[in-house]
Amino acid sequence: MRLTCPLCGERDRREFYYYGAEDFLRRPEAEAPLADWDNYLHLRDNPAGVTRDLWYHEAGCSQWLLVTRNTVTHEISGVELVAERKA
Amino acid sequence: MRYSGLKVITEGLFGNKGWTPAWRDPAPKAEYDVVIIGGGGHGLSTAYYLAKNHGITNVAVLEKGYLGGGNVGRNTTIVRANYFLPGNSEFYSHSLKLWEGLEADLNYNVMHSQRGLINLFHSDGQRDAFARRGNAMINQGDDAVLLDREGVREHLPYLDFEQTRFPIYGGLLHPRGGSARHDAVAWGYARGADRRGVDLIQNCEVTGIDIENGVVRGVQTTRGAIRAKKVAIVVAGRSSQVAAMAGMRLPIESHVLQAFVTEGLKPVINHVVSFGMGHFYISQSDKGGLVFGGDLDFYASYAARGNLPMVEHVMEAGMTLMPMIGRAKVLRSWGGIMDMSPDGSPVIDKTHVEGLFLDCGWNYGGFKAVPASGWCMAHLMATGESHEVARKFRLDRFATGHLLDEEGTGSQHNLH
Repeated sequence: MRLTCPLCGERDRREFYYYGAEDFLRRPEAEAPLADWDNYLHLRDNPAGVTRDLWYHEAGCSQWLLVTRNTVTHEISGVELVAERKA
Repeated sequence: MRYSGLKVITEGLFGNKGWTPAWRDPAPKAEYDVVIIGGGGHGLSTAYYLAKNHGITNVAVLEKGYLGGGNVGRNTTIVRANYFLPGNSEFYSHSLKLWEGLEADLNYNVMHSQRGLINLFHSDGQRDAFARRGNAMINQGDDAVLLDREGVREHLPYLDFEQTRFPIYGGLLHPRGGSARHDAVAWGYARGADRRGVDLIQNCEVTGIDIENGVVRGVQTTRGAIRAKKVAIVVAGRSSQVAAMAGMRLPIESHVLQAFVTEGLKPVINHVVSFGMGHFYISQSDKGGLVFGGDLDFYASYAARGNLPMVEHVMEAGMTLMPMIGRAKVLRSWGGIMDMSPDGSPVIDKTHVEGLFLDCGWNYGGFKAVPASGWCMAHLMATGESHEVARKFRLDRFATGHLLDEEGTGSQHNLH
């Protein structure tokens, strides 16, 4: 598996650290109801198919990446910078 | 047909013409008392214990492929009871006791072999942690022996004791740990359930769960609708998809875990051995193949195959620990799909739908749990109450904070 980092180009999977589903981008407010925190920390759609998840380019540009990927075929269809997405 | 040594001999004398299929191949009936979705180890053992312990025999097990074709046929067959936390400890202890009587109970040779499991440690801190774990195992009534370096050498003289990067300080020996023949466990439970009247229905994929006013009424399948008073979801590897049919979003992320087997060799590794400085563990099957594995590939996946970086890591860890295996040829590698939960522990519980039950989240420890999981799931479905050794495997523990985080790695699904 290889990921194409928007800054560094196509790189080996070993340069990246996988964190989890994009749910981690939707952090609740500190005082949000406990159900919101349960949803954020634990519950996942976990699709067998296209998913979006977070990878960190640990051995490269140190950017967080939002990767669109198929969990059945391992095909990667998009990589974007989390920093640009939020901007 | 009851199996026995005498039967093997007489059949051998008469051309093996008297063997009959181990289970029937029935068409699904229109209605059952209980429908179990999933004909893997846990689903089959649930059916078996429903019939045996609770007298509930109007049961169907629905399997989308063939019996035992999922994770129960794709694992590395380790059987152990070396857990630390209350909640896990008594459950796996119960499971190991069931393993010890399983062959007589099922009248089926599952090749359960208590050859001893040794978890190696490589630092003072790891030694302390394993001493503490060993004490927890002994408190639970199971067995554990803390070995020093020389003690390990007596059992495992072939390890590389000279290397300095990860020096072997000792190991925690669990003498009753070992392995079993994975397919035989599925087949033994299938045959046992079938003999008690359970219908095992293969090539029957569940496509929907019928719910009326919060009560389960049955399932839709590729072989027609089947009504049921109670339905169990026992489909680790596909739990999120099946639970979604009942409107549930589970605390599970699916990951691929690879395993490997070499060509058959003469007996060389007599124990189950795990390396404490890289996730590597190994045993030798009765056919002679070295069966070994390591960590998850670490990214969410439903592909029953992994990628090369973890292959490389596992091979490196194996060569670091026991260079003697370097000449063995790897025959096959494969991947299984793990229900990874945010605390590394499973769920055996009711759901928000009356009559719908859930058994999932076995991470990569489901094989050894097959007997107790079925035992406790059957208890829950028959009595409506959690079995005492599974009472902490609640679905709501993530919301309430009563986590069972054996490794203490926090709420990240792939870290357990």
